[in-house]
Amino acid sequence: MLEIKDLTVIFNEGTVNEKVALSHIDFTLEQGDFVTIIGSNGAGKSTLFQAISGAVNVSKGQILLNGDDLTKYPEYQRSRYIGRLFQDPLKGTAPSMTIEENLSLSSQRGKHFSLSLFSHKNKEEFRQALKQLDLGLEDRLDTKVGTLSGGQRQALTLLMATYVTPQLLLLDEHTAALDPKTAQKVLKMTSKIVHNDNITTLMITHNMEDALKYGNKTMIMKDGQIIALIDEQEKKKMSVDDLIHLYSSSTQEYNDRVLLKQ
Amino acid sequence: MNLTIVIGMLELGGIFAILSLGLYISYKILNLPDLTVDGSFTLGCAVSAMFTIHSMPYVGILLSFIIGALAGVMTGLLITKLNIMPLLAGILTMTGLYSINLRIMNDSPNVSLFECDSLFTSLSALEPYDKLIVIYGLVILICLFLYYFLRTQLGLALRACGDNEDMVRASSIDTDKMKILGLALANGFVAMAGAVFAQHQTFSDINNGTGMMVIGLASIIVGLTFIKSDKILFQLIGVVFGAVFYRAILTVALQMGLPTGDLKLLSAVLVVIAIASTSLKSRRKKKC
Repeated sequence: MLEIKDLTVIFNEGTVNEKVALSHIDFTLEQGDFVTIIGSNGAGKSTLFQAISGAVNVSKGQILLNGDDLTKYPEYQRSRYIGRLFQDPLKGTAPSMTIEENLSLSSQRGKHFSLSLFSHKNKEEFRQALKQLDLGLEDRLDTKVGTLSGGQRQALTLLMATYVTPQLLLLDEHTAALDPKTAQKVLKMTSKIVHNDNITTLMITHNMEDALKYGNKTMIMKDGQIIALIDEQEKKKMSVDDLIHLYSSSTQEYNDRVLLKQ
Repeated sequence: MNLTIVIGMLELGGIFAILSLGLYISYKILNLPDLTVDGSFTLGCAVSAMFTIHSMPYVGILLSFIIGALAGVMTGLLITKLNIMPLLAGILTMTGLYSINLRIMNDSPNVSLFECDSLFTSLSALEPYDKLIVIYGLVILICLFLYYFLRTQLGLALRACGDNEDMVRASSIDTDKMKILGLALANGFVAMAGAVFAQHQTFSDINNGTGMMVIGLASIIVGLTFIKSDKILFQLIGVVFGAVFYRAILTVALQMGLPTGDLKLLSAVLVVIAIASTSLKSRRKKKC
């Protein structure tokens, strides 16, 4: 369960460049909730993720994950409980290491890094996991990750982020840099893994259809605040047009993507 | 060239191989240009010289590794905790070390170890190969250690740290600790190279370390241009080979009458040529 209480993030506090990126955010998610987040650029979506994962400092407020306040841990310790995917497919994997070595690192998440020799004892396990992705990666364990395509690397990152089941999964437009077909494939995979392991998930997207199609709740953000949280019942009844209407009327914004959809 | 010169060349090549193996960790594995090297090499010389004078050559070698590692930790702390740029952090530690090195050598710019027992003394029956055996024994030990260490889970994390820091942090590994560990190991081996160097040359000079960074870089770049492999074992062998090869070039140049003072210029030019050759090659490939 994720509880965000009065979360405020202010950049350059006390200077002329002061910018309130998140202002008094409050929300609670149940175990297994899959929330899609929409909002224009600068709405604070990514800042919310960075605050939760520890990449930016919180000015005020609490982030409770299963009752434990995360704000007291540094970034690398929080990643024991939080899996993260970024828009840039290159960010989540180490290019000059093999698929097996990458998976081996993420399979050790939260454990102590020992001086025991890297072994191939998990090879079969990795192979089975890669098979789920259905990208033919299971036969290429010794391939350097740098030679894979963006879609393959993002799929691999997804697998790595969820290999040790995280308590929270943060997806920051993780399919935006992929071609539409691959993007759909990765999204389907995401949804499958999230449901199978019942992972509490937040997903930022600019695609209204995806925002409605995936997850059980949807959140609309603007100017560092949550202006709408659509719950499960409401979301089921909604059409894409309803969502676009709600989005534009509540944010009074008509960004290009919204206009194109209409 | 006579046998003495060839053996001398191989000996120095071996000592610089130890230095290059250290630099390989910071430069190649961690992707951090670490200028501490020039200071920590002299640090090794100084520590080793003082212990050799007091008839403890082996303790000198061992302790120089530990003290060199501490210098690396210092640079690592500057980089990670104070967010100082790696290049500047290295220069700062190196500059500070100059004074410390002088202090260690009792405020004298050089210390002679003439007639002192060194780590080569016990094998002196095997002359003229005694030094070769000791030096290459050490090189092989260090290679074996690195070959093992870099394939452990910890070594894997260290390698990933130079590759993609974001990913390492996402795997809940403290990248700060990894950098400090890497720099400590690197400077430990560099100081050890200095320690062996001082006992080999039977003197320690406050300026011994000048240009060591370039020598190490040259060895790594030259070695890895010849031996192209992603396998760690081959890369380590490549680095050792590069150090010896590089020393061979310098020896030939000296034999052909190059003044000793011009060696550093030659080193710098060699590095430029080695880097240029790889970047020119990739440019040519792009054109095709």
